Amino acid sequence: MARQTAEINSGSMSDISFLLLTFFLLTSSIDTDNGILRKLPPPLEKDQTPPEINKRNIFTVMVNKYDQLLVNGRPSDVRTLKADAMEFLANPSNRVDYPEKKPVNIPELGTVSVSKGVISLKNDRGTSYEMYIQVQDQLTAAINELRDQLSKEKFGQAFSKLTDPKKAEAISTAIPVAISEAEPENIGGK
Amino acid sequence: MARFTKEGGHKVPGINTGSMSDIVFMFLFFFMVITTMRESTLLVSIKSPQATQIQKLEKKSLVSYIYVGAPIRAQYGTESRIQLNDHFASIADIQEFVNQEREARDEVDRKMLTTSLKVDETVRMGLVNDIKQELRECGAFKINYSTRKKVSKASL
Repeated sequence: MARQTAEINSGSMSDISFLLLTFFLLTSSIDTDNGILRKLPPPLEKDQTPPEINKRNIFTVMVNKYDQLLVNGRPSDVRTLKADAMEFLANPSNRVDYPEKKPVNIPELGTVSVSKGVISLKNDRGTSYEMYIQVQDQLTAAINELRDQLSKEKFGQAFSKLTDPKKAEAISTAIPVAISEAEPENIGGK
Repeated sequence: MARFTKEGGHKVPGINTGSMSDIVFMFLFFFMVITTMRESTLLVSIKSPQATQIQKLEKKSLVSYIYVGAPIRAQYGTESRIQLNDHFASIADIQEFVNQEREARDEVDRKMLTTSLKVDETVRMGLVNDIKQELRECGAFKINYSTRKKVSKASL
C-alpha cells in the first residue's frame, strides 16, 4: 500500500509572513539623509605657509557670535549673500576689484575663462550652526546657479539634469566649489 | 427549460487564500530590501537646520553618523554633547570612532566613507569646528551637513 504523504497545512504560513511583514514595516525607515556635501582640506603641515592669493581674488565672509555677517569688510545680510557671491565669482563687468579670470581649455567646453575667485568663510566659535548652514547654503546656491547658467548656455540643460558625467565634470571644472574655510580661531570665547 | 435550472440555488465558492501568502511574501521582501535598521537610539535632541541646496546621500552603508545636540534627558545637562554610536563621547573619541568605522568596511570602500554630521541648529560652531578639525586629522575628508529641505514661502 502506497503511503500517502500528508499535505502540509499552509494556512499558518501567511500568519508567519504577516508577522515578519509587520516587523519590517515597523523597523524600516525610508527617510533618506539629505544634506550639503563638503570636502575638508587635509590638515596643515607644521611649517606650511598658506599660498599667496591676490587680495582682489578673495571674497571674505565673516560671521560673528551674534550671527551677523561681514562681507568684504562691510556689514551685510544673508539674503543678499547669494547675489553678491555670484557677482563676485562671475565678475561680468570685469571690475578691477573683483577676481581675475584665466582662460582654461576644458574638453567638451573649449576655452572658458575660469574665475580665480575664492570665497573665504570664517566664523566665530559662538556662531550658531543654523546660521552657518544658511551661509553655506547661500554660497552653494550661488555656485549652483552659475553652473546652471553655463550649462544652459553650452548644453541647453540645467547642471543638475546633465546625464553625461563628462559634461558635468567639465562644468564643475569651469566653476569649482571655491569655498575655503579659515583655520578656526578663538575670538570672544564661547 | 426546466432542465437548466439548478437545484438548491447558488452556492458562493470559498475564496482561495492560497495566493495570499504569495502577496504577503512579496510585501515582505519589498520591506526587507528597503529597510535600514535605525542606526542608534538618539540620546540628544536634533532639529536639523533647513537648506535649499541639498543632495541625497547615495550609499547608506558608507555613511557614519555623528550626532551633536543637547541631551534629551535633563540629567545629562543642557550643554551640547556629542553622541557616537549609542553613547555620549568627547572630542578625543572621534578619531577612534572613525578608525572603527573604517575597520568595519571593505578595503575598497574605505575611501568612500562619508561622515554625516547631524547637528542641532542651536549648537555653537565652536564645537562643530572642533569635530571638523578631528576629522581632518584622521583623514575623514568627506563630510555631509545633514539638513532638512527648506519649504519656501513662495511655493506655499
